[in-house]
Amino acid sequence: MDFSLTEEQEMLADSIARFIETDYDFETRQRIAAGERGFSDEMWRTFAELGWTAVPFSEEDGGLDGGPVELMLMMQEFGRGLLVEPFLANIVLAGGALRRLASKDQKTKWMTPLIAGELHAGLAFAEPQARFELSDIATTAKEGGDGYILNGRKTLVLNGGAADLLIIPARTAGKQTDESGITLFAVPSNAAGVSRRAYPTVDGLQAAELDLADVTVGLDNVLGSVDEGFDTLRNIVDEATLAVSAEAVGIMQAMHDKTVEYSKDRVQFGVPIGTFQALQHRMVETMMSCEQSRSLLYWCVMLNCSNDNDGRKAISALKYQVGTAGVHVAREAVQIHGGMGVTWELDIAHYFKRISAIDLMFGNADYHLDRFADFPA
Amino acid sequence: MNIDLTEEELAFRDEVRQFFTSNYPEDIRRKRDNGITLTRDDMIRWQKILSDKGWFAVNWPVEHGGTGWTAVQKYIFANEMAAVNAPPLVAFGVKMVAPIIYTYGTDEQKSRFLPDILASNVWWCQGYSEPGSGSDLASLKTRADRDGDNYIVNGTKTWTTLGQYADWIFCLVRTNSDVARRQEGISFILIDMQTPGVSVRPIITIEGDHEVNEVHFENVVVPVKNLVGEEGKGWTYGKVLLQHERTNIAGVAVSQYRLDRLKEKAAESIHGGRPLLDDRNFVRKLAALEIELKALEYTELRTLAAVAVGGAPGPESSLLKIRGTEVQQSLDALLMEAAGYYALPYVPAQYDVDWPDADRIGHGTETSTSLRYFNNRKASIYGGSNEIQRNIIAKHVLGL
Repeated sequence: MDFSLTEEQEMLADSIARFIETDYDFETRQRIAAGERGFSDEMWRTFAELGWTAVPFSEEDGGLDGGPVELMLMMQEFGRGLLVEPFLANIVLAGGALRRLASKDQKTKWMTPLIAGELHAGLAFAEPQARFELSDIATTAKEGGDGYILNGRKTLVLNGGAADLLIIPARTAGKQTDESGITLFAVPSNAAGVSRRAYPTVDGLQAAELDLADVTVGLDNVLGSVDEGFDTLRNIVDEATLAVSAEAVGIMQAMHDKTVEYSKDRVQFGVPIGTFQALQHRMVETMMSCEQSRSLLYWCVMLNCSNDNDGRKAISALKYQVGTAGVHVAREAVQIHGGMGVTWELDIAHYFKRISAIDLMFGNADYHLDRFADFPA
Repeated sequence: MNIDLTEEELAFRDEVRQFFTSNYPEDIRRKRDNGITLTRDDMIRWQKILSDKGWFAVNWPVEHGGTGWTAVQKYIFANEMAAVNAPPLVAFGVKMVAPIIYTYGTDEQKSRFLPDILASNVWWCQGYSEPGSGSDLASLKTRADRDGDNYIVNGTKTWTTLGQYADWIFCLVRTNSDVARRQEGISFILIDMQTPGVSVRPIITIEGDHEVNEVHFENVVVPVKNLVGEEGKGWTYGKVLLQHERTNIAGVAVSQYRLDRLKEKAAESIHGGRPLLDDRNFVRKLAALEIELKALEYTELRTLAAVAVGGAPGPESSLLKIRGTEVQQSLDALLMEAAGYYALPYVPAQYDVDWPDADRIGHGTETSTSLRYFNNRKASIYGGSNEIQRNIIAKHVLGL
């Protein structure tokens, strides 16, 4: 058992932290988020040049062979920096599908440009009626034409507006909530019958509602085996859950640190508010929330490094923890910042919104508490 | 980062497991599993078994009889010990006063006291709190006035756990009242409980047991050679000791054992009805507690790993004390909840060793769950209350 990082891992985390400090301060982030696209193409190209977009992919695929530890380190820093570029959508979700399922030709066509930062993608994991159930898929793909014809609706497709490629889980067999009978399709966003309604989300990211009306795709657009896509979809979303949990830990730590510093500066009744015991004990609670969350994050990452069967159960424990503890830290940070905490001007407000969005993403705390409890011991 | 145990660590775990299988006395195991209170002799016998193996003073430096184990080995040992439901060690000697003696004591004190602690020949108790000094420990009034080569000690210590069994007591006493800060002028001294003028009065706690005491000192003559470290520096030593105490009282491995028993109990059909695991409210409370405990386990491991690099535990150990005792108390509450009506009968005598099994009310130790629940409200109060721990973190970790 070992908590230490390798030299390469430390360098990766340091370089991202330095980049955010020098090139991605809060004002820059706000300017980018308010722009037309909601993220910066220039930044995205830079991330690709720095190799960040290649981290989770295998060397054979032109990647850097990063695992859960690297993903954790990156997402923690991205959380701290409140990054709006679509790393989760492109690299973890869509990239996660391609690296697990794509054939050699499909990789050349889509994954290579994705890693190079030249292609944007999204994974449509959610449907309007499904709430957090991944297997609740009403979108159908029926054999027809030279391949399949897709019909249905998807909601909250992250990066869906900018995406050149949409990865669509659709039902090729079975009932609406069956785990079997799900197939993943890679659909160009300009295919006939695809219509998108793009919008920003409350946390400064971008998503889209998606309508598929008789969208015809070829056999070349099928990712992996027909009817057997669910296990992979779940693995991708589990990895993304781990990723946003690490992001949440980065955000929680940032909020806690900033709140403690603020309480030392802010003077009321002639003394810094940090001298009040009523506030001190609350900040001790947020510190403990951060530490306990970090401990579960490390545990979870270490388990998933070993490909242990318990890894998925651990992810639910972690997501429950960052859901509850994250919201706790965020609410306290806003409260202790007082009126300033609810202004658009302060980063605290935007951390708060992102942590609130993370709690909902891929199942909220209640959902994951139940999933944790229902796993076989 | 890597979660796997090395070959050596796995071999160590097997060795520990094997040792407990062969050497944990059957009669003590039976008492523990049936909730029967251990005698002083039971506790000493078990500690001597560990001591003979060299596994008693786990954290001591090797030259004084410690193990030299890594953080992971200590973690494995604690887990294996909890897994057989072995009694926790009586901390006052081996875990509390000993580190102060080997860190700050004279060579004479080391050779005089440490071997008897190591062999469990001498039972120690703690003299910190006073009737007027609880969380505000620095207000303590027990005086030790210098008289030639002796101190004359007068005052009262309280909440003295298992003081009725003790041979010696370590005390914080005031040796100087004319000081700028109250924390100055406090000294750390060792007192033989047999000295004339020492008397022990039992305090019966909420569940009806005699666990703690009040200890009175009336003109008790204590040789100056029983002073540990420098006169007037006792506050500093006492703080170090409390940091050791705090990491000890996280109790992760024992809580894990109790959680496992609770899960077994909840999976059984309760008195012919439906198992508690069919109750979604209960299941969610159980799951949330399990997650909190897992987080605590890794917080403790991270702390141990940091201690291995940096020496004594710092103020971060306050976190382990707070969350550790919160988890313990949540477990107490859920175990009592699982007992249902059988949490109510108050028949402490049925946990005596010669009580006939046929006369027992309730299954196993059900009726003792409430006693434990009531008693263990102490956990968030002792060792520096959880509010004092928050003060410590606020000041020393957050810099407020």
